[in-house]
Amino acid sequence: MSFDEKTIKNIAKLSRLHFPETEEAKFAQDINGILQWVEELKEVNVDGVEPLVSVTPRTNAIRKDEVVIGDIQAELMENAPESVQGFYVVPKMVE
Amino acid sequence: MVSQLTDLTISQALDLLDKKEISSVELTQAHLTEMDRARFLNAYITETPELALQQAAESDKKRATGEKIGRLEGIPIANKDLYCTKGIRTTAASKILSHFVPPYESTVTQNLKNAGTIMLGKVNTDQFAMGGSTMTSYFGVTKNPWADENGEYNLVPGGSSGGSAAAVAAGLCMGATGSDTGGSIRQPASFCGITGIKPTYGRCSRYGIVAFASSLDQAGPMARSVKDCALMLNEMAGFDVHDSTVADFPVPDFTQALHTDLKGKKIGVPKEYRSKDLNPAVAAVWDKGIEYLKNAGAEIVEISLPHTKYALPVYYIIACAEASSNLSRYDGVRYTTRVDGKSLDEMYENTRTDGFGPEVIRRILLGTFVLSAGFYDAYYIRAQRVRRLIYNDFIEAFKTVDAIVAPAAPTTALSYEAMKNMKPVDTYLGDVFTTPSSLAGVPSLALPIGLAENGLPVGLQVIGKHFDENTVFQVAQILEDEAQFVKTPHYVKG
Repeated sequence: MSFDEKTIKNIAKLSRLHFPETEEAKFAQDINGILQWVEELKEVNVDGVEPLVSVTPRTNAIRKDEVVIGDIQAELMENAPESVQGFYVVPKMVE
Repeated sequence: MVSQLTDLTISQALDLLDKKEISSVELTQAHLTEMDRARFLNAYITETPELALQQAAESDKKRATGEKIGRLEGIPIANKDLYCTKGIRTTAASKILSHFVPPYESTVTQNLKNAGTIMLGKVNTDQFAMGGSTMTSYFGVTKNPWADENGEYNLVPGGSSGGSAAAVAAGLCMGATGSDTGGSIRQPASFCGITGIKPTYGRCSRYGIVAFASSLDQAGPMARSVKDCALMLNEMAGFDVHDSTVADFPVPDFTQALHTDLKGKKIGVPKEYRSKDLNPAVAAVWDKGIEYLKNAGAEIVEISLPHTKYALPVYYIIACAEASSNLSRYDGVRYTTRVDGKSLDEMYENTRTDGFGPEVIRRILLGTFVLSAGFYDAYYIRAQRVRRLIYNDFIEAFKTVDAIVAPAAPTTALSYEAMKNMKPVDTYLGDVFTTPSSLAGVPSLALPIGLAENGLPVGLQVIGKHFDENTVFQVAQILEDEAQFVKTPHYVKG
């Protein structure tokens, strides 16, 4: 697999990142290096092996859907770059 | 007196505090003075001296009036700047969180507060814990308090918990929290000549720790003795309703197995770890450690962990995939920094491209790629399948042995210059011996055993069964007693 110009543009877009072309080429080269290195995983026989998602002994800890940490909306909003009356403000999306 | 106070272990200091021979204010002030003197090491991102002295005064008052005290009452510690601390800036050593002040406290740091510890400040790390040197920190590199052969402080402390390791080694705190995703406690502990344990995945709550790779991230203590790590982990560990991956069973007293006999215990030596990446000086220290355990009555058994060589690539695929998802929350809307754009998407892109450093960007890109349509099965799912084989290697090995002893890192601390000239893939090799146990979720403790010919510390790791930290502590204590390692970096010797 070669991580080419088209791929880096697409992956950067999906990652919500954007770079000038020179940097793009550098990142593509780095990631190509990493992908070549992980190629060796292809030699492992994984037939019938279930993917390991988690090593924890617990599964699906379910709790009541209620507020337990308390009303800290105001404190949380203090970290917002822009907010109005408890709402986050973002650039206009719909004309 | 000042230098003596910063040389104490936590257990020694607790004893002196109990006997009222020293006060927490004296102990805390001694560390604050050292922090001033050692500022060139750049171990701390944020220092909180006033808060520390206030907490110490309250702690002394508690002792004086006979109020109920915590088990670590009056002990000054540092927290890795990945742990959210209520009202105190928490940066993850990144630009994007450089102004973030959490409105809540992480469970682990709250537990340590409840135990009576005093927080001296927040220590440096690689950005979002991504790196093995602190060189990816937005706040500059931390220097290793061990000097190179020319007497210069040009060596990395390791990472990502490099600020924690350097601060502990240099006497700038008595112990520190670290976090370990693929070796981030054990490799810096080895590079700085201190002790640190990554407990079993699920032993400590991850609530309030800035997430890197959620199926691997685990909190752990770093300190100057095995016992100090046990004392700290006693407080840090335990069930937490805010993290659904924390084990819902009681935490044993981790000091109970220290100084018990090793007779009848089987210790495994994995043959795959004698690889081409292993520096001969590190191999020699490993052999010395094996000899110590044999002399203590343990039976040494050669074991095989056949999928070891695949651990690093599996780790980088899984960790980056999880990171790309975890870091998507930094969008310019909720976490203090925003770089404007003409549209919402452009604002996201501008904020993230400006706020993340190159290593973080590389990992987000790689993670997004391995999760993207057309590549998901070939990379991500395949990595998860090989992860199970690595996990099974350990389960199989632990059918015959009680613990495993291996090097913590393939080399001693490297210089900044050497690391700067490396390709990203080559810098990842520092995690070659620590990622397998991370992927398996088993506990692993690194401690210093000896010095290499270049005068730098070499650490070994003791790996145990899931939730059997007690055997890990037991074996580590034997190694500590036998090795009699002089834990004095050049900086402390003066």
